[in-house]
Amino acid sequence: MKALHIEALTKVYDGGVHALRGIDLSVEEGNFFALLGPNGAGKSTAIGIIASLVNKTSGHVSVCGHDLDTAKEAAKANIGLVPQEFNFSVFESVESIVMNVAGYNGLPRRLAKQRTEHYLKQLSLWDKRKAAARDLSGGMKRRLMIARALVHEPKLLILDEPTAGVDIEIRRTMWEFLTHINKEQGTSIILTTHYLEEAESLCRDVAIIDQGTIVEQGTVSELLSRSMMETFVLDTQQPVAATSIGPYSVRTREDGKIEIDVSQGTALNDVFNELTTHGITVSSLRNKENRLEAFFLRLVNSQRESAAANGQAAHNALGAAQ
Amino acid sequence: MMARLLQERVAFFTIVRKEIRRFMRIWVQTITPPAINAILYMLIFGGLIGSRIREMDGVPYMDFIVPGVIMMGIIINSYANVSSSMFSAKMQHYIEELVVAPVSNITILMGFIIGGVARGLAVGTLVTCVALFFTDLSPQYPLITLSIALLTSVMFSLGGFLNALFANTFDDISIVPNFVLTPLTYFGGIFYSISLLPEFWQTVSKLNPVLYMINGFRFGILGASDIPLWQSYAVILLFIAALGSVCLWLLHRGAGIKQ
Ligand SMILES: Nc1ncnc2c1ncn2[C@@H]1O[C@H](COP(=O)(O)OP(=O)(O)OP(=O)(O)O)[C@@H](O)[C@H]1O
Ligand SMILES: [Mg+2]
Repeated sequence: MKALHIEALTKVYDGGVHALRGIDLSVEEGNFFALLGPNGAGKSTAIGIIASLVNKTSGHVSVCGHDLDTAKEAAKANIGLVPQEFNFSVFESVESIVMNVAGYNGLPRRLAKQRTEHYLKQLSLWDKRKAAARDLSGGMKRRLMIARALVHEPKLLILDEPTAGVDIEIRRTMWEFLTHINKEQGTSIILTTHYLEEAESLCRDVAIIDQGTIVEQGTVSELLSRSMMETFVLDTQQPVAATSIGPYSVRTREDGKIEIDVSQGTALNDVFNELTTHGITVSSLRNKENRLEAFFLRLVNSQRESAAANGQAAHNALGAAQ
Repeated sequence: MMARLLQERVAFFTIVRKEIRRFMRIWVQTITPPAINAILYMLIFGGLIGSRIREMDGVPYMDFIVPGVIMMGIIINSYANVSSSMFSAKMQHYIEELVVAPVSNITILMGFIIGGVARGLAVGTLVTCVALFFTDLSPQYPLITLSIALLTSVMFSLGGFLNALFANTFDDISIVPNFVLTPLTYFGGIFYSISLLPEFWQTVSKLNPVLYMINGFRFGILGASDIPLWQSYAVILLFIAALGSVCLWLLHRGAGIKQ
């Protein structure tokens, strides 16, 4: 079963911003999934729609098999949301914030109490249960929202930049905790992040979103290796039926031209030698735009911006990609 | 189906409990000022000025104003409770806790409304206790008295909810109470019988919905009113139906809450 299935989802905000331009996304149950993208890519918009906080313009969303249009309540019951911005009552105590959400989800009081205690302890907030939410530190507030999202034990946990503005140590414990929830309770998890490093160390699958479009989707390592490939478009005098020529994979396009993938740094002479050996004559060549590379460049810039905004040391998140 | 209903029930009581705890936590701001206002009205209008007026519509002036003063507390506080609670929930975004949860709009609306009713009736009860120091209060028709108080409270809670949905600043939730609600209550016949007014102003007064509530309530207590009782009920029920539908429709569209 799919924890989340999205088809042709679009969103145009009142001001005319096209935040989502028809995205398709599918997340298997039990997966740990990253939605990776720079500032303004549309991550929060997509999550807002899934969680019923934003009205979609068109498209379909279903959560654990329940369509948002026809079985809204059932879909909602399966979601736990940790939004990007704090959204709890600042005067309320930690404990009653979690208890209230348990109540909204229909948990009888005794069970609500047990769960609240359990998750507040797991997230090291039990000592703070009587404190007003405004008196918590930033990292504690973030953890409070995680406890609140889990109290009804949803099948799908969605976190929108859970580690923004959180120090390295707390980030690590948060990662461990999420991995634990995913493995032990089988909770499917989707998180958004700017940090490739975060996606890499936590997630099985990743979708890359940029300017309201899903650019790529796959496992993290697949995408990384693909980002280091260069693709050339060749006009050849003979048709090519093979799917690989020497070490290079090739495809025939609809217009009859050939695409060939070459890892960055390979000498073009080697490529031509190989083509000649296979009796292929090239009459023209051009470089195909590498969407992933363009994307990673924007991602780096976006990280610089937010790191500067957070006053943190710049993250070395892209080390692996460069 | 059964499970859904049970779940909505738990959600409903959670909202109500939370709403009541909210105004009880800040009772100095929410419960005491109306009681003090009521004491002042009764001392100055009922006691000092009333001793010169003696009777209004054949009842001692103090007895005449007490029902209106109680109703004023109910009206203003029901409205204020829901408008400020809902507005904070919107501004601090914790309304999202409810929007994200599997809670139907009608449960959300009813939860907030019952919160407003609880505050309105708490204030009404307190003012009534205060009034007992000034006069004997023994309602002629307890059921009418109670039901008018309750329905009025529901109606103004709905008004406060609607106000909060439209409000974007704190000014927006004080404009209606200050510039609409207060004048309407003062002109709603708390301190005088509209039979004192010239014909023309009597007709104008009858356009004021608050007049129907105060007179209905006064009828329950004193057994006398400027307005036929059925009209009081009809006006209140009509407003509840209209405001309730508008609130539900706006919630459905996510107005003021969703983008
Ligand atoms: N309420 C809104 N009204 C109008 N435009 C909006 C609104 N919210 C978001 N947008 C626009 O929609 C686009 C996508 O925004 P969104 O918040 O989904 O991006 P994001 O990927 O979450 O970015 P970030 O990483 O900065 O959180 C942006 O261009 C943004 O300006
Ligand atoms: Mg965002």
